[in-house]
Amino acid sequence: MRPITMERVEQTRAEILETIKSPTLTHEQKVAVMAKEADSLLEVLDLPEGLDELLNESIDTKCICDLNEGHAPVRPRYIIPDYAKFMREGSKFLQLDPPKDLFEALNSLLIFYKHVPSVTNFPVYVGALDELLEPFINDVDEETAKKLLRLFMIHVDRTVLDSFSHANIGPKPTKAGRLLLEVEAELEHAVPNITMKYDPELSDDDFTLQAIKTSLRSAKPSFANHRMFVSELGEDYVIASCYNGLKLGGGSYTLCRLILSNIAKRAESLKDFREKQLPYVMDIMARYMDARIKFEVEESGFFQNNFLAKEGFISQDKFTAMFGMVGLAECVNILMEKEGKEGRYGHSKEADDLGVAIMEQIHAFNEQHVNPYCSVTGGHFLLHAQVGISDDRDVSPGTRIPIGEEPEELLDHLKHCSLFHKYFPSGTGDIFPIDTTVHKNPEFLLDIIKGSFQDNLRYISFYASDSDVIRITGYLVKRSEIEKLRSGVAVLQDTTELGLGATNNCRIEERKVR
Amino acid sequence: MTKYPVNKIILFSSVDGPGNRTVIFLQGCNFDCKYCHNPETRSLCTGCGLCVPKCPVGALKKEEKDGITHVIFSPEKCVGCDTCIHTCPHDASPRIRYMTAAEAFEVIKKQMPYIRGVTVSGGECTLYPAFIRELFSLCKEASLSTFIDSNGTYDFASDPELMEVTDGVMLDIKAFSEKDHLAVTACDNKKVLENALFLAKRGKLFEVRTVVVPTLYDAEETILETGKLLKDHAGEVRYKIIAYRPMGVREAYSHYPVPEQAVLQGYAESLRKMGWRDIVII
Ligand code: SF4
Ligand code: SF4
Repeated sequence: MRPITMERVEQTRAEILETIKSPTLTHEQKVAVMAKEADSLLEVLDLPEGLDELLNESIDTKCICDLNEGHAPVRPRYIIPDYAKFMREGSKFLQLDPPKDLFEALNSLLIFYKHVPSVTNFPVYVGALDELLEPFINDVDEETAKKLLRLFMIHVDRTVLDSFSHANIGPKPTKAGRLLLEVEAELEHAVPNITMKYDPELSDDDFTLQAIKTSLRSAKPSFANHRMFVSELGEDYVIASCYNGLKLGGGSYTLCRLILSNIAKRAESLKDFREKQLPYVMDIMARYMDARIKFEVEESGFFQNNFLAKEGFISQDKFTAMFGMVGLAECVNILMEKEGKEGRYGHSKEADDLGVAIMEQIHAFNEQHVNPYCSVTGGHFLLHAQVGISDDRDVSPGTRIPIGEEPEELLDHLKHCSLFHKYFPSGTGDIFPIDTTVHKNPEFLLDIIKGSFQDNLRYISFYASDSDVIRITGYLVKRSEIEKLRSGVAVLQDTTELGLGATNNCRIEERKVR
Repeated sequence: MTKYPVNKIILFSSVDGPGNRTVIFLQGCNFDCKYCHNPETRSLCTGCGLCVPKCPVGALKKEEKDGITHVIFSPEKCVGCDTCIHTCPHDASPRIRYMTAAEAFEVIKKQMPYIRGVTVSGGECTLYPAFIRELFSLCKEASLSTFIDSNGTYDFASDPELMEVTDGVMLDIKAFSEKDHLAVTACDNKKVLENALFLAKRGKLFEVRTVVVPTLYDAEETILETGKLLKDHAGEVRYKIIAYRPMGVREAYSHYPVPEQAVLQGYAESLRKMGWRDIVII
């Protein structure tokens, strides 16, 4: 381990004290922040040369961001336990036999969730709840089943304190899925996030319409293009965290992101960007990710000692890593300006073509780079359109068109999405607030989902423009909770703070309503 | 190839029939409804030129051709301020595009696969049955569903070719009694009611709708009598009850009171008792 200066130690001690005294953090949030502060004192990774100048810079110049993963990763960023195996076999470590009825199934899941780590310390994936619960759903009458599901979902919302946690339903309609949707429409919770996997042949219209109606009440589920994900990741994929496609029983070691707009600022010209700056930064980021992964696999002991691995709920050979990017829109606009050209991203063919060319270049780089611990995805990372963080300034999530510049016609917006969604098996998505006073016709959105997935969109979300639960960038927050936090009151879920930052800085409330 | 006057095309609509649809609005109408919400779709431009100098961005130009004055519209300049249509004393619009059915279909194709179908509306679109027939034949080849939004004056029974390519009709019942119908539209409604029954029997009546305008006519009687007339089809047809709103209505007729929600709910309740199941209030 490399030594550090006393100055840095003192500065971190001051930060820890500040955390302890914070009036707006809950106890659990303080403990999590202090753990990060302590971790920041470690220097154990074998960092590539040149990283410091790209990573440890202010938000408007840094080219690489590691999303606060810390200096010595103690666990993979995202962990996707095979809950079905847990339902079949129980767990020795947790001293739980396989559940025999709905009561036991729900209780076992709630216990399990408390033992699934992640970068946020909360599980980013809580299971394909409809499939997990369907075998038990007829144990009790429908009213009791619904009451149990309701209590279960309230429990999750109040104890999994982070809306990066994600449940999946679909593609097939089930009674459990239907009841879960009914409960969620009534509860209007921010947690967990939910995705419905949609397949035109497997998902029937009634079930999908119910999911759409639920999304206009509680901003979820979102809709994932099942066929597209299956073709890339296989049948055993899941959607976790914001919208990340990952392997069941695996996960993602790490997620770092290229801040493309800042890389464009460094470039003298388009040529310089394409030939020098972008390749240089991608190479350093990939090697930084390699170093993080090497530590996790070879040194942290996580895969040797954690019960999830020991009992086979996860296995290291199903893990991969996510090569992220943000700010394609701003990057393209900066480069167009440097070339003395007029067109803007989302509005000119030339600008959009440049966006596609940059994505092709990132894709090609990723296909060349090999990491020995990502064999489940062919030895390569998966590209990820990162949704942004609340500190971001003038950086749009992934490949999204900046808020306030969305095309007038929804059609043009969707067509633009269809140029970019295909690059991101580990997640991308676009969000559309819907004016429900105009659109009293859920079949309207059903047609848009069907059309989108035929047109190679990967993932779309809707929410009613007047709903309390809203989708910030990928995760959900209640407007009423943001208002509490704004007035200085501590709130239960840590993502509310991110939502407050994002509504202040990223103009979430100004998204074009459709 | 005959060209027809298209007032506008809405690419995605959630309110003109089932699912997501592209809607083509044709210009011109044979009714004169007092509460018309789109009066600028009623007539064809006379070329009088009054709107030309009023356009703030110079999107309109006068042009003489064969001794007749035309107004030429440049869509790329237009900022959509609607000054022209508010200026026009003839209930027309200078922003009309003349298109063949094939040209209109080219615009529709761009929305595939996001749309379920196409609706032709107006004005009164059945003033141009040849356009609809040709357009819908093209839509059918592309597996798009086809709907007509009509005031019910066209003799649908006499046009089997049109019926063949039309999946559904949304029909306005402006008023039930002849006296009221005359008061609202200045026309009688014999054909409208005949059409309602004819289309319902053929399984092609998707929706009937009535705009409730307190003091102008007896909306209660209209809704209840229409409900009765179509009671054998109450399980299949949607009834859309629309509240009068003064927005967009010509000044002389923008003074009617807006109906109360409770009154509209009451009408819906009466329809439900008659066996109507799909009732929408907007
Ligand atoms: S709507 Fe267009 S054409 Fe009409 S006055 Fe305004 S700018 Fe001119
Ligand atoms: S739109 Fe109206 S005002 Fe303008 S030229 Fe035609 S008839 Fe005259």
